[in-house]
Amino acid sequence: MPAPAGGVPYAVELRGITKRFPGVVANRDIELRVARGEVHAIVGENGAGKSTLMKTLYGEHRPDEGTILVDGREVSFRSPADAIAAGIGMVHQHFMLADNFTVLENIVLGSEPTRGVRLDVAQARQRILEISDRYALDLDPDELVEDLGVGDRQRVEIAKVLYRDARILILDEPTAVLVPQEVDELFGNLAELKREGLTVIFISHKLDEVRRVADSITVIRRGTTVGEADPRTTTARQLAEMMVGSELPSPETRTSTVRTTPVLQLRGVTVGAPGGRPLVDDVSLTVHEGEVLGIAGVEGNGQAELVDAIMGLRVASSGTVVLGKDDITSWSTRARREAGIGFIPEDRHRQGMLLDASLWENRILGHQTRPPAAKGFFIDRKGSRADTERIMKEYDVRAPGPDTLAVALSGGNQQKLIVGREMSSKPRLLVAAHPTRGVDVGAQAVIWELLKDARAEGMGILLISADLDELIGLSDTLTVMLRGRLVATLDPANVTPEQLGGHMTGAATAAGAA
Amino acid sequence: MTALRRLGPALFAPVLAVVVAVVLSSAVMAALQVDPFRVFEVMVDFGTGPSQQITALVVILNRAIPLFLAGLAVAIAFRMGLFNIGVEGQYRLATIIAAAAGAAVSLPGPLHVVLIIVVAMLVAAFWAGLVAVLKVTRGVSEVISSIMLNFVALGLASFLLTGPFRGSAPGSQIVGTADIPASGWVPSLNGVFDLLGLANPPRQLYGFLIIAVVVGILVAVLLNRTRFGFDLRASGLSASAASASGVDARGMVVKTMLLSGAVAGLIGLPDLLGSTHAYTTNFTAGLGFLGIAVALLGRNKPGGIALAALLFAFLDRALVPLQIADYPASVVTIIQGTIVLAVVVANEVAKRIARRSAERGSAEPAATGGTTTAGGSPDQRQEVQA
Amino acid sequence: MSTVLTTRTTRSGRGPLADLLAGGGRARRVVWVLVGVLVLLSVVRVISGQDALTSSSTMSAALLLAVPIGLAALGGLFSERAGVVNIGLEGMMILGTWGAGWAGYQWGWAAALAGGLVFGALGGLLHALATVTFGVDHVVSGVAINILAAGVARFASELLYTDNPAGGGVTQSPALSSKPPVLSLPVLSSGPDLLGSLESHHWFLISDLAGVLRGVTQGVGVLTLLAVLLIPASYLLLWRTAFGLRLRACGENPAAADSLGVPVYRMKYIAVIISGALAGMGGVFLVFIAGIYRENQTGGRGFIGLAALIFGNWRPGGLAAGAALFGFSDALQLRSRTAVVALLLLVALVLAVVAVWKAVQRRLVQAVLAAVVAAAALVGFLLIDQLPPGIVSFTPHVTTLLVLSLATQRLRMPKADGLVYRRGEH
Repeated sequence: MPAPAGGVPYAVELRGITKRFPGVVANRDIELRVARGEVHAIVGENGAGKSTLMKTLYGEHRPDEGTILVDGREVSFRSPADAIAAGIGMVHQHFMLADNFTVLENIVLGSEPTRGVRLDVAQARQRILEISDRYALDLDPDELVEDLGVGDRQRVEIAKVLYRDARILILDEPTAVLVPQEVDELFGNLAELKREGLTVIFISHKLDEVRRVADSITVIRRGTTVGEADPRTTTARQLAEMMVGSELPSPETRTSTVRTTPVLQLRGVTVGAPGGRPLVDDVSLTVHEGEVLGIAGVEGNGQAELVDAIMGLRVASSGTVVLGKDDITSWSTRARREAGIGFIPEDRHRQGMLLDASLWENRILGHQTRPPAAKGFFIDRKGSRADTERIMKEYDVRAPGPDTLAVALSGGNQQKLIVGREMSSKPRLLVAAHPTRGVDVGAQAVIWELLKDARAEGMGILLISADLDELIGLSDTLTVMLRGRLVATLDPANVTPEQLGGHMTGAATAAGAA
Repeated sequence: MTALRRLGPALFAPVLAVVVAVVLSSAVMAALQVDPFRVFEVMVDFGTGPSQQITALVVILNRAIPLFLAGLAVAIAFRMGLFNIGVEGQYRLATIIAAAAGAAVSLPGPLHVVLIIVVAMLVAAFWAGLVAVLKVTRGVSEVISSIMLNFVALGLASFLLTGPFRGSAPGSQIVGTADIPASGWVPSLNGVFDLLGLANPPRQLYGFLIIAVVVGILVAVLLNRTRFGFDLRASGLSASAASASGVDARGMVVKTMLLSGAVAGLIGLPDLLGSTHAYTTNFTAGLGFLGIAVALLGRNKPGGIALAALLFAFLDRALVPLQIADYPASVVTIIQGTIVLAVVVANEVAKRIARRSAERGSAEPAATGGTTTAGGSPDQRQEVQA
Repeated sequence: MSTVLTTRTTRSGRGPLADLLAGGGRARRVVWVLVGVLVLLSVVRVISGQDALTSSSTMSAALLLAVPIGLAALGGLFSERAGVVNIGLEGMMILGTWGAGWAGYQWGWAAALAGGLVFGALGGLLHALATVTFGVDHVVSGVAINILAAGVARFASELLYTDNPAGGGVTQSPALSSKPPVLSLPVLSSGPDLLGSLESHHWFLISDLAGVLRGVTQGVGVLTLLAVLLIPASYLLLWRTAFGLRLRACGENPAAADSLGVPVYRMKYIAVIISGALAGMGGVFLVFIAGIYRENQTGGRGFIGLAALIFGNWRPGGLAAGAALFGFSDALQLRSRTAVVALLLLVALVLAVVAVWKAVQRRLVQAVLAAVVAAAALVGFLLIDQLPPGIVSFTPHVTTLLVLSLATQRLRMPKADGLVYRRGEH
């Protein structure tokens, strides 16, 4: 643990920070020490608690326990305005920019220079150009943000905080949406910032990049600090181990149920984004009957878009999707579902259920054209209610009855209902995206058993998850998705944590991953 | 008891709105030296003697029928998340064209009526369909296009009335289409009063009441019991969930507007087929916007809309007695207007309360489920069970 | 540190004519469009012999009809730029007419102006309360306010004007006790009236220009002047001050504005109240023309104002053009229905040009469509003598629909317009 050099206080110090939300402890006893003028990385996986921590540091909420020190002085932030006043600036992962405004307008908003009543555009422009030159941001104040690429937009966000005299910058997953060239540019900017004496805190899960640019690293796992590391002396493998934990569940030995008939084949599927890196980049995979194909990967690497493309919610710009013997690339979502694709969506509130409707009505969702939900043109109310009761019993959905509104159920029970509903139509292929997210341990075990049983009966399952337990325990074949591409195919029975973590975070591709 | 508990939250907003409206109007009246209690007394006074009372009832029902149909048309679109503000233009255009069509032919009784109804529904559906097509093909907001089409429809109706479809003699005070022959009339229901042993007043109860009830039931069945209705309601509740479940969003917009328009076409028919038998310059106007009010108050459900229509009709009926008693009759319009605003606010408040209490009963963990090891600690993954 | 070479797009080489016409920024393009329109109108006038097309009486009527629409549109501008859709402009205008009538008959025209502003602003306050504080859907709230406003106007009139010694009744107020002053340009439009004499010569282009200028400078009321000045004033306020930047930010990305310390809820309230006041001013104008408040005076102008706003792409200059277009077509149809037929010739000419242009761009379907409609319009012009009043009455509305259908792809509404913004949920 590096001690403060020569009595100079740390730029930022967090001691014993704890933050709780209803039902979960997001941060527990976090320790963080960032020296002045360094680039400090905070690494951890999704759900590790990094974002919550940064929100605390930026004043978006107060910690339940612990102290925050900035430049050696204890501070307490009631709102981001206080943090800004203390010299902290946050560059959010999801940019907060008004597309129809110019770069200048976005930067000065809320802190506009005025001459009397008029906006002093000249002064603003001069200041922005100054900042742009000093930190090599290369910004044109009069350009519309909408015309800017992702890298440029990020630089506008950086300029926003610099304009407000930030001395400590927090960047939340800055490289999540950048292509390699833009990443280089960003790191160049960070070097400039460091040269000017600013401190940068940098949150990421991409170990290869972190090792390139950080001066020191703090690893967070499951809400608490696991340790600090020096990128010069710690290997990527060691870092990956710290991030994902050195134990991985051993999959149960079971006989393989994988058959030879393919149920889903993707060939060269690409989903583009306007003016940028494709979200899904030339993905080809095959799921056989009786097989669970797991796709590992940190969220935001194209998994959601891949799922959309398979379900017909997004148009693939190229490639084919074949279900069984049928080329379904141009089929509508309803046709695909009727052909036997079941869908457990990643965001059940947005895509999986109607919150303000009853459970028996939710039973119908996605299955409106078949019994027991439908009979001819009509909705079979009785049939649906009876089947909902069956699902509630078989899948242990705890709720007063089939008339209960879906919004009243806990997340776990909602998910169990959705799983039950999708399995009930005996699909050939089940697309399960994060099927046990936000679900309690008991329900999780139930869902896993159901998936295994279904697999044994010949269902093909495409499993996307960030839960390594789940992936290793269920998959017959394991692939890893990073930046829209499938970068590795692994055998779950033999994969080591460093391997998996390395592929998921890109550490395996960086030089010096020995 | 459970029925009341289930209905309770549903009734909360409308009842609150009516109460607020009544209180506010009373306050305004009192401030302007008008006795609110006397005003309400006049409003509920249906007159002496059974004949007067039945007449009042008939007036209310006759007014409620087109209001109900208007509310139904608007509600169909609302349930899908669309605003059909064009109901006004749809029904006016439909009525004049149907009136002209009805006057131009002579068919045996029921067939004649059916023809008029079908023509009205087709015209209004077409007019509403224009809005849908503009929305799905060119992305034009249905709010603006339906408002514009309202004006166009009224202009067209005026042109048709004074031009090709003119039926009345030149120089007459009120211009109208030619009268529909008797085979195109819908007989009144006053015979029912005789059957029930009640007084049979001179005022005729529209036979269209039966058709309206049937339409209401059909729409209720369609929305609640069919696959199409399910798709429609799902699209209104959550467009993303509906898409994920296979609903074709653009097709749904068109079908919904066509259906909404078809029902809107019926709005002018009770008056047309039951009393006026021709479309004239002072044909009942404004039902389109009142329909929006009725739909909002009735929470977009046929049953609620029926009650709301009756309430608004009751208020409308009070205009004449109030004038006779020398009270400001337009207090009725104030009450109606306040009800509308109060009900939309109350609906929103009720929705938030319901959501918040349901969510609190099933607290979600704020952090998403992450990785665990084989011996993962359970405390982080536990949630509060309801 | 890597040096990055960003290639800014270089302007493709264009001929000098194209550069003259399309270059030099927006101001020059607007001037060219205006010149083009004047030339076109001149041509059509000469061919069809319909002097009403560019006569000063038509133009001054056009101005009178355009102002209330323009004020309503301006009201819509403030509200929508802050992210609140305001369908209730019609209702706020109604409140404005009523307030103007009530204050005007008692205390004169200045009080009428104040009364209209205040009553319109109250309507705006109600809309803001419902949408910003309670989170009601904007369109629903707007429709509710329209219904309520009509009821309030009727009710208040009934209470205050029946048996009122000053006059009036359930559907109208007593007459205004004073009228606002009227101005004219000294030498050109009054006295020697040089423009008038120029106009009477009916020379191509020069007389048309004279007619236009005289129409807008003779007998212009004080409120008209104020309304016209409000257009550039709104531009300056919204695009050149910090207040305006923050207001527009609320309509583009309220979450971003919030994160930078802008008081989003407060800005929306202010914007919607201003919106109501402007719509109310439009109502005042109508009362000034008629001399009294009359029920249904607004006649849907609140909605047309909204359409003008959309037509103008949510910019002050654009909405002024939209209001002018509607005012012009409205004035034309009121003064001379035969002149409206001449508009068909105008449509035919314009669409013919469009057809050629689309054909050059190889968009054949659109080119054919434009050509067909152009031909139909030409035939119409040649055959029809005058259009019946019913048809002509909805010329502005059909125009709106056409513009919207053709241009919606290029229109850009404020990104967060219509969004029910709740702090912390975005």
